[in-house]
Amino acid sequence: MIPRHLFIGVVVLLIVALGMSVYVWRVRGRVDRVPTPGANAQPVAPPVSGANEQVTIYVAYDDVGVVRPKLVRITLPVGRQERAVEILRSLVNLYEDRFSPHSLAAGSEIRDVYLVEPGLAIIDLNAVFADSHRSGVLVEELTIVSLVQTLAANISGITRVKFLVEGRERDTLAGHADLSNFYDSSAVTRAVAQLQNTQ
Amino acid sequence: MRWSKLLRLVAPAFGRRGRPAAIWLLTFTTAILLASALLLYSTPEEKRISIYSNAANFSLPVLDRNGDEYIGLLELFEPLGAVSAKTNGNRWKFRYYDVESEFTAGQTRARIRSVDFNLPANFLLENGRGLVPLSSLATLMPRILGGPVTFNQNSRRLFVGNVAVHFTAQVNKTIPPKLVMNFTAPVNPMIATEPGQLRMAFNHEAVVAPGSQALTFDSKVIPSASFQENNGSAALIVAATVPLMASFTNNGRTITIEPVPQVAAQVQSPPSVPRPPNSFALPLVAGSPAARRYFAVVDPSHGGEERGASLSGQLAEKDVTLAFGRRLRQELETRGLATLLLRDNDSTLSLDQRASLTNSAHAAIYICLHAASQGDGVRVYTALVPAETESRGPFLSWDAAQAAFQLLSQSAGTGLVSELQGKQIKARSLITPLRPLNNITTAALAVEVSPPSDDMSGLNSPAYQQFIAGAIAGGLANSRDKLEARQ
Repeated sequence: MIPRHLFIGVVVLLIVALGMSVYVWRVRGRVDRVPTPGANAQPVAPPVSGANEQVTIYVAYDDVGVVRPKLVRITLPVGRQERAVEILRSLVNLYEDRFSPHSLAAGSEIRDVYLVEPGLAIIDLNAVFADSHRSGVLVEELTIVSLVQTLAANISGITRVKFLVEGRERDTLAGHADLSNFYDSSAVTRAVAQLQNTQ
Repeated sequence: MRWSKLLRLVAPAFGRRGRPAAIWLLTFTTAILLASALLLYSTPEEKRISIYSNAANFSLPVLDRNGDEYIGLLELFEPLGAVSAKTNGNRWKFRYYDVESEFTAGQTRARIRSVDFNLPANFLLENGRGLVPLSSLATLMPRILGGPVTFNQNSRRLFVGNVAVHFTAQVNKTIPPKLVMNFTAPVNPMIATEPGQLRMAFNHEAVVAPGSQALTFDSKVIPSASFQENNGSAALIVAATVPLMASFTNNGRTITIEPVPQVAAQVQSPPSVPRPPNSFALPLVAGSPAARRYFAVVDPSHGGEERGASLSGQLAEKDVTLAFGRRLRQELETRGLATLLLRDNDSTLSLDQRASLTNSAHAAIYICLHAASQGDGVRVYTALVPAETESRGPFLSWDAAQAAFQLLSQSAGTGLVSELQGKQIKARSLITPLRPLNNITTAALAVEVSPPSDDMSGLNSPAYQQFIAGAIAGGLANSRDKLEARQ
């Protein structure tokens, strides 16, 4: 004969175990319903190895409609082409910040930069960059000249720059700035100077 | 210099064999020069035949052989259906679906559907390619196709079945008069202008003449038109005494030709005729060279499917630029400055079309209008001419056509900014990579207008638009002498 107090104890333990099972089951279901973070659109790239260097990037400011130089320190690889990519990516990363003076849509990316001798650089943007770009003559110009000026200021010998989007030619960035032609870096420097002078 | 003198001069250079060698050299040089001149000046236009059918409209080259015109039979039938050909010695077997034909090289006799058929000239076989005389097509093709074929050998236009596109043309007695042409199928002719006429070339449409090749209208402005067919193509030439524009409606089935609005205003005082939405109007300048010249071309950017920037939930840039464009035209014309508005409805114009129309108008200045949600005031842009666009001799590079006019454009832009600032409007003068500024062969400016405050609806305010348009027109009027002097 099982003692009465032992029987009651076993029953209570079974009820507690059952209750805990139900609780665990419910908590698990709730975890399943929590949305997983969206896929990170940023490219998964190996960490850049190289020296931490100071470079000048040309940052666009929408409020006053100018492009101003800014000194930043970034890790740069040795290769000329890789350096060009990293410098432009640092500029785009700055623009993707919520409090950027010239915001670009999240996921905007420099896919690659090709340095073609003599003096020609080809900047390949991703589709998000162009498709999500704000439309307007000035706002598109600010993006283009800040990229060209930053590249020309940091990579010696660049005289002309051409833009591609996802490896293909495109007429305009977002309906205004011309992407069908080559940009003369000296003409862009004049455009940047005029932006400064007339603010 | 005489031939004998020339020989005496040249002969000593060839030593002992002087005279014969000199004769040979001079003859050879003369022959080369003559042959070059012949090649340069007597290159004939390639002969072509156009075939119109329900399956396809296409054009093929015509070959001259033994004084007759020939065409490749396989190429002729290939777009019309399943074909094959086989060469067996000098016999050439041709199959179109299940219809078999047999031709013999160098003979006129052939067999089609097991029945003898006589060609008007010998069948030719060249590298496995069967050639038949062009003059045989009117009888040969119906035998193979089993259906009617109409062949106009003089114009080399061949119609398979009932595919001809007919049209009617009538000048409406409106003010100004309009030539309305209704076609039985959509057409898309190439339109070109020459002094005193507007020419529509139908290269791919089976357009046929109405009852008469010459059409006369009871109108002094558009007195006549003529239909011409030649070398596989048809053209309709409209004679005019004033510059004309053509607009397409009814999905390309109706073409209306009328004087351009500014000229219409000179012909008679017209009531404002609203244009149907989505009609595409090309203000092509025809008429005499002394026809009216425009001071300004105003180009409301975007239009049609291209909305431009979304300024707010409902407000598209293309609508704002059109409203601004109309007001600017009005303001310029009240100052006595003839103005051509490139887009006066919600139509689509490519950048190249905008540049071509502007360049053919020979205006003193081109103003491209844009609207933006960012910033405030007005920004006046001149072209950032792209790199590596070298003009060669008399030919201007399309991408750098503006290069020669940059100083004039910058001067006009500076004057315009001063005028705007004088009216307490915030204005900046900038350089921008914006097409078609760099394709324009006159002074060219782009004007980007921002809302007067944070309220985007201000851009659409008639009062604000009128104020800005008036200031721009005033600035341009002040630069008139300088701009027209360069023009």
